Amino acid sequence: MSDEQAAALSPESVVAQMKQNGVSHVVWLPDSETNWLFLKMQEEQSLSLVGVAREGHACSIAAGLFAGGAKPIVLVQNTGMMESGDSMRGWLLNLNVPVVFLVGYRGYTRHGVNHDSAAEYTERFLLAFGIKFYMVESNADADRISLAFTESELTQRPVVVLIADEFHGFN
Amino acid sequence: MIYTKDLVHAFAPHRRNALVVSGRSGQYWLDISEGGADLPVGDPSMGGHAGFSFGLALAQPEKPVVVFDSEGDLLMNLSILTTIAEKAPRNYYYFLMDNECYATTGGQPVPNAKNVAYDLVARGCGINRTYFFDDLATYTAALPEILAKDGPVFVWNKIHPEIENRPPGQRAPWRKRSPAKVVADTRKFLGVTR
Repeated sequence: MSDEQAAALSPESVVAQMKQNGVSHVVWLPDSETNWLFLKMQEEQSLSLVGVAREGHACSIAAGLFAGGAKPIVLVQNTGMMESGDSMRGWLLNLNVPVVFLVGYRGYTRHGVNHDSAAEYTERFLLAFGIKFYMVESNADADRISLAFTESELTQRPVVVLIADEFHGFN
Repeated sequence: MIYTKDLVHAFAPHRRNALVVSGRSGQYWLDISEGGADLPVGDPSMGGHAGFSFGLALAQPEKPVVVFDSEGDLLMNLSILTTIAEKAPRNYYYFLMDNECYATTGGQPVPNAKNVAYDLVARGCGINRTYFFDDLATYTAALPEILAKDGPVFVWNKIHPEIENRPPGQRAPWRKRSPAKVVADTRKFLGVTR
């Protein structure tokens, strides 16, 4: 295994975090980094995948799943998260829905030199909405997904995990 | 055309143990029922009642889930129909109330208000069981058949517009519970803990 592979965030680690935290439904829209994760989620019998055609749907669906006693997670890209702003406000923050978002951090560079406006506005968006977020860059950080679940349950609010894995993907 | 109040009152005797998400019919549904099985969440954001009720149906597959939504809300979320069709919850009943306008903002028409065939849209998205009604008697007579079918079922109804022109601050509040309280009460009613 190369050093780069060892440093990467594996789809197995992400699925393990979902199972550890009792996730029942993954409400999601793919981004360019998540296909390997998709394949692993499909194999996992305990997860029901709910594909959406627009990220804003994910918020209302997650709210309904929570109201009915399921435990959803939302998997989208930062662009879609920003497009979902009003749905996050109305369907999650206003209804006290504790749901964790795994958000692909498109454009992220660890050196802070952004060439992609999606990255430029991601953290500003979350700060504006008062949504707590964690950063995950590799398997070593994967336990922050569990921290996000704990934070979400404690506050009864959405919490975001930014997946800063732009360049090497999940494989 | 059907009045919203008549539409929900006609449904009420057929409710059984359904969870009811009363989107744009909320204030009328509260005249009929108010408890943990009723989810008058108001208007958390424009559109979204379809997604919310669909998520509820997935989480509670043994209970019928009914939503009364409006065409303005659905148009903002039209692609939700593809997700509903894909997951095809057998317990899901979607009632669309189409008054051809944004009644709560003064009655401005929705895009292409008079020419959208919502039942064809639903069918095109993969929901095969669809109905259309523009009079109360036919709708009322068909309800037992509709609710006996496996979902997802899509019911398109033409509704009298009840246009509201007063500024929001001058309108009488109709909700008895906050949306967050509604969700908390439903979870308690269902006995869910996580």
